[in-house]
Amino acid sequence: MEHTLSTLMRKTLMALTGLFLCFFLVIHLLGNLQLLLPAVQAKESFNGYSQLLSGNIFIKIISYVLYTSLIVHCLDALVITLKNRKTAGKYAVDKRGASSKWYSRNMGILGTLILIFLVFHFKDFWYQYKFGTLPVDEYGHKDLYTIVIAAYQDWWYVLFYVLSMFALGYHLLHGFFSAARSLGVYHPKYVSWIRVFGRGYSYVITAGFAIIPIYVYLTQHVSWN
Amino acid sequence: MKINLKIWRQTDAGSPGHLVDYQLDNVIPHMSFLEMMDTLNEQLILSGDRPVEFDHDCREGICGQCGMMINGRAHGPIPHLTTCQLHMREFKDGDTIYVEPFRGKAFPVKRDLRVDRSAFDRIIMAGGFISVNTGQAPEANGIPVSHEHAESAFDSAACIGCGACVATCKNSSAALFTSAKIAHLAKLPQGKIESRKRVLSMVEQMDIEAFGHCTNTEACEVECPQNISVLNIARMNWEYTLSKVLK
Repeated sequence: MEHTLSTLMRKTLMALTGLFLCFFLVIHLLGNLQLLLPAVQAKESFNGYSQLLSGNIFIKIISYVLYTSLIVHCLDALVITLKNRKTAGKYAVDKRGASSKWYSRNMGILGTLILIFLVFHFKDFWYQYKFGTLPVDEYGHKDLYTIVIAAYQDWWYVLFYVLSMFALGYHLLHGFFSAARSLGVYHPKYVSWIRVFGRGYSYVITAGFAIIPIYVYLTQHVSWN
Repeated sequence: MKINLKIWRQTDAGSPGHLVDYQLDNVIPHMSFLEMMDTLNEQLILSGDRPVEFDHDCREGICGQCGMMINGRAHGPIPHLTTCQLHMREFKDGDTIYVEPFRGKAFPVKRDLRVDRSAFDRIIMAGGFISVNTGQAPEANGIPVSHEHAESAFDSAACIGCGACVATCKNSSAALFTSAKIAHLAKLPQGKIESRKRVLSMVEQMDIEAFGHCTNTEACEVECPQNISVLNIARMNWEYTLSKVLK
């Protein structure tokens, strides 16, 4: 990857993998919104949905594209960052930040925060569901719902989730529009549409994912019920 | 007014540089930044010191020769301005001003504030031209070009190659410079013919010169004296992907 791709091709790769991850986030959020249903209904619906996804061959293929996108996005980012570090100019006094947004300059740091979050996220839910021993609900489905509710009992865990979603939000705020730029959307009309859409998309994704743990914490807290 | 200066001094590309303190007591607010530098150099020559070397030419804001990092910003604190068009009235009496050369791996410092920007020339040499014998000036309306296309191409062609885009980019990317030339020629019928080949060879040269990746922070557009649009970068990306796919 380091010696064969041009700077523009590496950025195209970032854009394609990033946009696929953006698409995945929409599907992931739509599925998770079931957690906002009343408890009994949410449990049946969410566990049934999880079962449906894990048994579908089409979803399995998508999931491998997802893992690949995630890994390629991270590795490509690492190569780009290391190369940029070598080419970048350094100044004794540096006020260049005045001419760009802070989150556009710190995509690597925001991405790393998201990656740290993903390690915990995968360990607590994905790994549990795939390889752990889960209780079974009354319909015979693996009871992922109870695992999720149990996880959101601690305020610090909820806080960790919400803060991670803000890191994701800022990452998307730059990432979505930047991907369109890297792929070459140059017509001013579509560029401004993408800016508006990207902003709306980032707000909805951030708010959607952040609300779920807060909602669960407030409504399903064991010691309060 | 009284101005304190901290200026980067460096004997040649091989030796290390450092900031040196200077003081000017009689700076007039109407002076341009370069006239202030001239005043300093006069003072240095009279006292037998080596004057501070810096690039400059037209001093009208159109040649792209002058360029310094002033208080950590390319061409100083005002957006869309060359160093020669920056005036001392933008500073206050008693201010300390840091002056450094434009930096980047592809922009080695030759001496003091003078930077080798020949990497830009080599990018143009790689394809920033039209391969036809120009001869005498052709009939202006021989090839129909719409007003919108002509204006848009001219906006891209307005790049003066000062290098502020590279200097202000956190990655020292030359995407704005390279893309302005690619877009300028791709927008016109004469340039379109070679656009596929051009974008591939110019981008290849840009990478050879060790400019960084464009991460779309858009800082370059803010500092660009000619206000060259970042949409040129989008155009370059589009032309590049298309050329790669259709090659």
